[in-house]
Amino acid sequence: MNIVWSGVMLVGIGLLAINNVDLAMECMFAGSSKAISLAFKLWGIYTLWLGILKIVEDTGLDKKLAKLFSPLIKLLFGKTDDYTQNQIAVNLTSNLLGMGNASTPSGMNAISGLYRGSKYATSAMIMVIILNSTSLQLIPTTVIGLRVTAGSVSASDIILPTLIATIVSTVAGVLLVKVCGKLFKDK
Amino acid sequence: MSKYILPVLIFSLILYSLFKRNNTYNSFVVGAKGAFDLVLTSFPYIAVIFIAIEIFNVSGLSVLFADFVSPFFELFGIPKELSQLVILKNFTGCGSLAVLENIFSTYGVDSYLARAGCCIAGCSEAIFYVTAVYFSKTDVSKFRYAIPVGILANFIGAIASCWICRLI
Repeated sequence: MNIVWSGVMLVGIGLLAINNVDLAMECMFAGSSKAISLAFKLWGIYTLWLGILKIVEDTGLDKKLAKLFSPLIKLLFGKTDDYTQNQIAVNLTSNLLGMGNASTPSGMNAISGLYRGSKYATSAMIMVIILNSTSLQLIPTTVIGLRVTAGSVSASDIILPTLIATIVSTVAGVLLVKVCGKLFKDK
Repeated sequence: MSKYILPVLIFSLILYSLFKRNNTYNSFVVGAKGAFDLVLTSFPYIAVIFIAIEIFNVSGLSVLFADFVSPFFELFGIPKELSQLVILKNFTGCGSLAVLENIFSTYGVDSYLARAGCCIAGCSEAIFYVTAVYFSKTDVSKFRYAIPVGILANFIGAIASCWICRLI
């Protein structure tokens, strides 16, 4: 992360210094203001979903979900405590439903549930990251919306290809994490 | 159809909660209280990524990088018009949607390139963003193989997208 970030910043600022130095500060401030407006949007999104998630927890539905997913969770994450298992179950469900940023709170909770004070990520944590980044979603709602706006004659045509592609990338991701977990033991 | 899923789920959840004699209103309020802290902890991680993305795009580095790797991408069947999307997709979801809209207007929304682009955009999330934000509640600083594996999995997804859209 450190290397990629620093590399992009150094080369980018270097290029701008040669071509158009006025843009350098302008675009860095543009980046941080865009982050602010996204944070405000996320504040609203998290408020709704954290409220809903608390209802899910208080009615015990998260335990039921965890029970439903428990063979899969054991296979993917190994041994976890009850809280973490519940959060992972909620996270998997919100991913499947294509709730986008709504899966962030439960994903963060799952990671802090797996956290044992070491500064090294464990393979179970990386599994959470990979599952959320390859995002196994059933219906790509955002992209379909964009196609409708752009005047596509058959906007929902891409549901099946996207589903196949997302299954391929998720399976590849899970296998890669498993292989890497064997090759590089957790510290 | 899909637009009914979430409203119906929330409707049933509230009904179920009332049936269970749970104080639904209280649960929601207690849960929602956590939202501000969550935004506050994740904000610096969002900002640091966004600043780098702006620099990456505005400096022209993203175009240079895309040109540089596109011969390699073409070996795997990813057209060079899509290489910028494939790269940007690793950094930002919303940023890559802008590139996708650009592909729509240049090549037509129902063209092969646009459909393959949609597939690429729909099949994965930004690995750098997810990694930065998800670890923000902990002191984990060594992400080990998370990012290489994420990039590789997204790349495999992109290859699959381009091939599937040729066939279907």
